[in-house]
Amino acid sequence: MIDEALAAKTISTALETGGDFAEVFVEDKRSSSAVLDDGKIEELTSGRDRGAGIRVVVGDTTGFAHTADLSESGLAEAARAAASAARGGGGGTNEVELTRQDAPRPSEIAVYPSDVPKVTKVELLKKADEAAREVGAAISQVSARYGDSRRQILVANSNGLLASDDQVKTLFSVGCVAMGDTGMQTGRESVGHTIGFELFDQYDVAEIARKAANRAITKLDAVAAPSGSMPVVVGPGGGGVLFHEACGHGLEADLVAKSASVFAGRKGEKVATDLVTLIDDGTMSAEWGAFAIDDEGRPAQANTLIEEGVLTDYMWDHLRAVKEGRPSSGNGRRQSYQHLPMVRMTNTYIANGPDKPEDIIAATEKGVYVAQLGGGQVNTTTGDFVFGMLEAYLIEDGKITSPLREGNLIGNGPEVLTRIDMLGDDFAMGSPGTCGKDGQGVPVGDGTPTLRVTALTVGGTAA
Amino acid sequence: MTELLDLADRVLALAQDGEQLEVVAVKGTDTEIRVYEGDIESLTSSESQGVGIRVIADQRQGFAYCGSLDFDVLTETLTEARDNASFGTEDEFLGLAEPDGVKPVELDLFRDVNAVETTAKIDLALELEKAAKARDPRISIVESADYYDGFGESAFATTAGIRSTTKESTAYVSVSVIANEGDDTQDGFGYAIGRELSELDIDKAAADAAKRATQLLGAKQAPSERLTVVLDPYVAAQFTGIIAGTLSGERVLKGRSPFADRLGEMVADTKITLVDDPTDPRALTASATDGEGLATRRNLLIDAGELKSFVHNSYTARRAGTASTGSAVRGGFKSTPGVGTRAVSIQPGEISREDLIAGIDNGLLVTSVSGLHSGVNPTSGDFSTGASGLRIRNGELAEPIREVTIASTLQRMMLDVMAIADDTEWLPMSATGVTMSIADVTMSGS
Repeated sequence: MIDEALAAKTISTALETGGDFAEVFVEDKRSSSAVLDDGKIEELTSGRDRGAGIRVVVGDTTGFAHTADLSESGLAEAARAAASAARGGGGGTNEVELTRQDAPRPSEIAVYPSDVPKVTKVELLKKADEAAREVGAAISQVSARYGDSRRQILVANSNGLLASDDQVKTLFSVGCVAMGDTGMQTGRESVGHTIGFELFDQYDVAEIARKAANRAITKLDAVAAPSGSMPVVVGPGGGGVLFHEACGHGLEADLVAKSASVFAGRKGEKVATDLVTLIDDGTMSAEWGAFAIDDEGRPAQANTLIEEGVLTDYMWDHLRAVKEGRPSSGNGRRQSYQHLPMVRMTNTYIANGPDKPEDIIAATEKGVYVAQLGGGQVNTTTGDFVFGMLEAYLIEDGKITSPLREGNLIGNGPEVLTRIDMLGDDFAMGSPGTCGKDGQGVPVGDGTPTLRVTALTVGGTAA
Repeated sequence: MTELLDLADRVLALAQDGEQLEVVAVKGTDTEIRVYEGDIESLTSSESQGVGIRVIADQRQGFAYCGSLDFDVLTETLTEARDNASFGTEDEFLGLAEPDGVKPVELDLFRDVNAVETTAKIDLALELEKAAKARDPRISIVESADYYDGFGESAFATTAGIRSTTKESTAYVSVSVIANEGDDTQDGFGYAIGRELSELDIDKAAADAAKRATQLLGAKQAPSERLTVVLDPYVAAQFTGIIAGTLSGERVLKGRSPFADRLGEMVADTKITLVDDPTDPRALTASATDGEGLATRRNLLIDAGELKSFVHNSYTARRAGTASTGSAVRGGFKSTPGVGTRAVSIQPGEISREDLIAGIDNGLLVTSVSGLHSGVNPTSGDFSTGASGLRIRNGELAEPIREVTIASTLQRMMLDVMAIADDTEWLPMSATGVTMSIADVTMSGS
C-alpha cells in the first residue's frame, strides 16, 4: 500500500487545477483458487491485482483514472489524468490533512488462507468429490471449487479521511450432475464467508457435497414446473434474492435520483405488508457482503430500508449523499481500483416474522415451494423481476410433494411486497452471491425466514 | 507490441527442462464517458495491463496471473504457477497447442481511437443524449448516454513455438431512456458499435432506445397459453449463444451437454445451420488466433439440422481423439484457455421479418428477455426466461405484453423452429441475431 504522506500528496496533485473533491483508492488483492472437475484437480490459480483509482469531482462531473503503478510519479500521473478528465478550472493548491478513521472489522480472521498449505486445500476438493459420488450411482459428474481472497484497501480523500480495511473471504462450492432415464439434472451448493480458512471448522465439505448431489438426484424425478400465477412459499435463506431483486436495487439512491426506480419519491409510504422489515447490513459478522469500511472509506452500517411495511430510507454513496446534504449510508462500493464506486447493497435481509414454517406450508392448498433460489434480475424502472428456482417442489393440499424442473419465477417488485402474507420465525442467510450492476460485480449476502407470496407467476411448461 | 512479445519471450527463456510454458501479455487503454442532462457525469481514462502464465510439467498444469508488466513480478508469477502445477492431477492429455500449419487470416481490427480528441467523444455522447430525448415526446428521461472506446494489444508465446500478436480497437455508444404515458413507465436501450468513432450511427442508437421504451408502454401481463414465439434478433442471438455453449467439447467430454453422443443426428429443424466463424471481420468478436495461439477457422456445427461437430481446444481435442478446431477461448489474461465458440451465427433464411410475422395467427414477438442466467440450464436443457414484447394476432403486431415467462427445453426449441428471416444483425456479443419463430412455447402469465 502507500503511506499517508504519499496519499496526501496525491490528493493535492489531483486538486492542483481545482475541484470540489478528490479521492485516492488503493487496492492490493491476492486471490487463489483450486478447481476439481471430472475427478481431477484441474488447476490451481493464483492472482494478484494491485493499483490505485483516483477520482476528482468538479461540480457534477467526476473524472477518474486508475493505474497499476503505485510510485509517486505513477500516482501523480493518474491524479492529473483524473483532474483533466474532470476539467477542473481555477487552480491553486489544496493542502490536505488526513485523519485516520478506521472502523472495526465485522469479524476477526483466525487463519489466513495464505498460511494454509495448498495441499490442504486440494484435499478438501478430493474429499468433496468422493462424498458426492458416494451419494449414489446416478451422480455422473462432480465439480468442486475452493477460492480465497485477501483484499487490502486504503482510502484517502480531500475531506481529510484516511481509512483502510483488510477483507478476507473464503468460498467453497460443489456442482453435481445426475444422470437418469429422463436426462441429466444438476445440483449445487456453496458456502462463503468473510473469514479465513476457519470456514472449514464450521462447514464439512463432505456435507456441502452431499447437499449438491442430493439436489441433482432429487430432480431426476422432477416434473415440469407449473405455468401461471399461484402462491409461492420460499424456504429460509432462499428468499433473500427475491428481496434483492424485488426492491433492493430499486432502493439504491443513484437509480432513485434519476427516477429510474419504481420506488422513487415513495419514502414514508407504505410499500409492503406490515410483516416486512428490510435491512441492509454491511456490519453483519462474517457474512459474504460484510466489511469494515466501504470502498469510499465510510464505516459499514446497518440500514433499515423498510420498517413494518413503510419505506424508511434509500441506500447512499458519497456523491449521492452530498447532493442531498446527508451522510453516506456506507453503501459506496466498487469491483476493483479500476472502477468508480456506486450505490450497492451489502447483506440484505428480512427480519423474522410470527409464523411457524410448517404452518405456512400447511396453509397453502396449491402452490410452489422454493427451497433454493438461483440468481435473479430486475428492471428497476418497471419493477419487473425474475429469479430462478434451483430446487423447488409442488405444494398440494398443504404438503410438499413432487420435485420440479428448473425455471424462472417472474413478478413485479412493488406488487410482490404487498402480497407477502405469511412470514416465518426461522431466519437464515442464503448462499454467497455476486451482484452485478453496470458491469461491476461485488460480493453480497442475503437472508430471509420462510415466507409466502400470495401470487407469483411460475414460468414452467405444465398446465 | 514488440515490447509485449519481448516480455513474453523473456519469461519463456526461464523455462526449465521438460517444462511447457505459455505466456499471454496484454495492455490497453480505455476511455469511458457518461453524460447526464447536458453535462459530463463521469469521464474515465485508463491504462491497464496484465500477464497470465500457464505451466505444464510432468503432465500437471498450474496457472498464475498478475496485473503488472514488471519483470520481477512476472518471475514471481512464474514461480507461483510452477508451484500450483505441482498440485494438479496428472493428465496425459494436458499440453500446449502444437502448431498445426493453419495460417491465421489477416484481420484489420485496429483504428487509432486515441488519436481522436476527448472533446469529440464527449460531444458524441451529448449528441446521443439529445437525439434520444428528441426522438419521442413520451421520453421523459435519458437515464444515461455513454461513449466508450478501448484499444488493446496482446502478445502470446509458448515453448511449443507459437508466437502471435493482436491489436484491436472498439468504440461504442449506448443510451438508456425512460418513457412515460399515463401511469406507465417503460425503459429501453440503444447502442451503436464499431472499431472507431466515425462508424457509430447515433440516430439508430437513439431510435432503437426510443422504440424499445415506447413500444412497451401500456404493457400488461397476459394469460398463460402455448403459442408461437418470434425472437427479435437481439433475443435470438442470446438463444444462439446458449445453444452454441452446449456444443463445447469440454461440456461434451465431461457429460454436461444434452447433445453429447448425438453427432450425426438430427438435433434441429432442417432450417437450422449453425456456423462459428471468428475469421469473419464483420463479427466484433473476430480474431485471427484462438486462446492457444492457433489460427481460428470457420466451423460448421449444425448443417440443416444435423449435428456435425463440437468445438475443441487442444486439450479436449486430444481427449476426444480429434484435432483442435481453433476454439480455445480465454477471459483475458486471468484464466487458462477454455473452449467455446467466438462468432456463431444461425444462417439467415429467405423471408423477410415482416413476412415471417405475417404468417403467424397467434404469437408473441419477444423483444426482451431477462434471467437467462438463472432460468436456463445448459446441462438439462430446461429453458425458462422472463419476457416482454408484443402480441401477434392474425399476422399483425398487437398489444404490448410484460411480466410473462416463456418456457420449453433447448432440445425441443431447436426442433420446433418454424422460420428464420433474412435480417441477420451483427451484435456486440459472440453471436449474431436473426428474427426466428419457434412453435409451441409455453407463455406463463396471469
